[in-house]
Parts: sequence; structure tokens; C-alpha cells
Amino acid sequence: MKTTVDHLLALGDDALIAAQRLGEWVAAAPELEEDVALANIALDQLGAARLLLTYAGELEGAGRDEDALAYLRDDREFRNCLLVELPNGDFAVTMAKLLFLAAYQLTLYTALSGCADERLAAIASKARKEVAYHLDHARLWTVRLGDGTAESHRRMQAAVDEIWPYTHELFLPDPTAPVDPAGLRAEFLAIVEPVLAEATLERPADDWAPEGGRRGLHTEHLSYLLAEMQVLHRAHPGARW
Amino acid sequence: MSDDPRTRTGGGAPAKTADRSGWPLWEVFVRPRRGLAHHHVGSLHAPDAELALRNARDLYTRRQEGVSIWVVPAAAITASSPDEKDAFFAPAADKVYRHPTFYEVPEGAAHL
Repeated sequence: MKTTVDHLLALGDDALIAAQRLGEWVAAAPELEEDVALANIALDQLGAARLLLTYAGELEGAGRDEDALAYLRDDREFRNCLLVELPNGDFAVTMAKLLFLAAYQLTLYTALSGCADERLAAIASKARKEVAYHLDHARLWTVRLGDGTAESHRRMQAAVDEIWPYTHELFLPDPTAPVDPAGLRAEFLAIVEPVLAEATLERPADDWAPEGGRRGLHTEHLSYLLAEMQVLHRAHPGARW
Repeated sequence: MSDDPRTRTGGGAPAKTADRSGWPLWEVFVRPRRGLAHHHVGSLHAPDAELALRNARDLYTRRQEGVSIWVVPAAAITASSPDEKDAFFAPAADKVYRHPTFYEVPEGAAHL
């Protein structure tokens, strides 16, 4: 299958919006070391987003570079999954989001690193190493909070319950993609279910499955996020930074 | 679920110190990729050894491949006392018999 611009935008936008949310934690994390760790993860995601959006811009052939794609599209043109644009909530919500995102990215990037598109394969194998670390970090905290105190357990369970429905969108069929995400959910579950079990958390039932992000139909959170992210670029169009 | 926080296994978290965070202090030693020995590079706070290792990786190695990191609870380190420096480190340069200078170094003995 040929790589499409939309597919690259979906991957790039996931990473970009996740990086933006993680960046909001800087100087607000529970500990100095965690501040550094979250900033590190955000930087990794941003790095992947830059590579993917640059490639998307070149493939599109309309002269849009990574900055034009990040700063001059509105929410209806963004292809990220809903999960990454949800607010950070408390530390448990942030860790639940990171756990599910990293588990998804790890399975997807691993599959993509063997795909026929050499450039996408190279980006995926670079990003794969990074998200393995992100997954590890989220796993440790999920277990710590879930199997910590009564209060941290309660919050971690609430976070997992809140975020779980948004994991379904990650595996919607996309027959035109180099790797169809529909086939990856089993692998995703094989990663996250043991983590939830070790953290003494209930795996939520699969019922409500909100989606729309891949088609540019987002939650009410994204346009606020973009307003903040894009404000300077829109105030001074064409400026060099 | 009980109300009391349980310390998790996986690195033997040291006893809590009464510092600002409640997270104990760890000393970090790093061996560079082409280095021969671990060097002390600094310290950090972490709830246990597992996270101390990850925090050390973020802070002190920037995730270079192929480095080795040791983390040690600061409480586990016994330091020599500065007051006893003279007795402790009095040089023995005048006692030639204490220096292995009378031996040929065999071929192939590395890192001496």
C-alpha cells in the first residue's frame, strides 16, 4: 500500500498534540525528576511529529512545511486521535493517556518499521525506540499508582475508566494505510492488560467508542489547544523564527 | 487495598529521609560508552531504584546507547571523615617495599 498524506498527518498529529499536552506539565509535575521525564517524552514526540509532518508536506506537494502544517491548519484539518487532545487531568489521567498512546505507537511503529516505504520505515524505527521508553515510564507509574495507596488506586482506576473508550479509535480499520491499525488491537491488549493486572486495576468493558479525530471531527478541547499553540504564528503570518 | 503506602520491591527502596520531598537521595555513577570505569556524576531524588535509574538516564546520559548506570541510595555510602585525612591517606612513598615497582608487566595485561 502507498503512504498517504492523511496517514502521515494522523501519525504526526498524534505525536504533535501529545507533545503539546505533555509540555503543559513542565514545572507543574509532582517532582523535579518527573518534570524532566515528561519534558523528555514531549521532546521525543515532537521530534517524531516534525519528521512525519515534514514528510507529509513533501508528499502533498503544496509547499507546506512542518510549521505550515502545525500552525496554519484549523481543527477540522487535524487528523490526531481524540485521546491525545483530552486535557491532562490529574497525574493518573496523564499516565493512563501515555500508557495507551505509547502502547499503540509501539505496536504501530514496530509494524511500520518493516513497511515498503523506506522513509516511513526509517522514521518508525527511530521513533519506536523512543516510545518503548515512554511505555516503560507510563507502565511504572500506572503500577505504582494502581498498587500504591487507596487514594492513588482510586484515581488510577478512574483515569483508566475515563480514557479507555478513546482507545477504540486507534484501531479503526484503514485499508489504505501501509499497516492497517485494525489488526493491531490484539497486540495492544497484550501490552496493556498485564500492566493493568499488575497495577491491581480492572480492565474496563468495551462499550462506548467515541471517534472522529481521524476525520477532523474533534472534541471541544482541540480548538482551544490550537488557539494557544498557533497564536503567535497567526498574529505574524510569514515571519521567520 | 489498605491505606498504608506499600513500598514496592524491585530495588529495595531505602528508608525515607526527612527531606523536602519524602523521596530519598540517590548517588549516580555512569560509565561512558568508551569509558573503563563508572564515575560519580551527581545525585537525584527517586522513590526507588527503578525510577532512580530512569531519572539518571534522563538527567545524566541523555539516553546515549551503550552506557552503564549505577544508582546507589546515598544512605548506603560510608564516606571517610575529612578530620582523619592525615592518618587515612598518609603517603607511603618512603616505603619502597609497598610499591609494586619490581615486577615486569606481562604482555597483554590491560588497564594496569
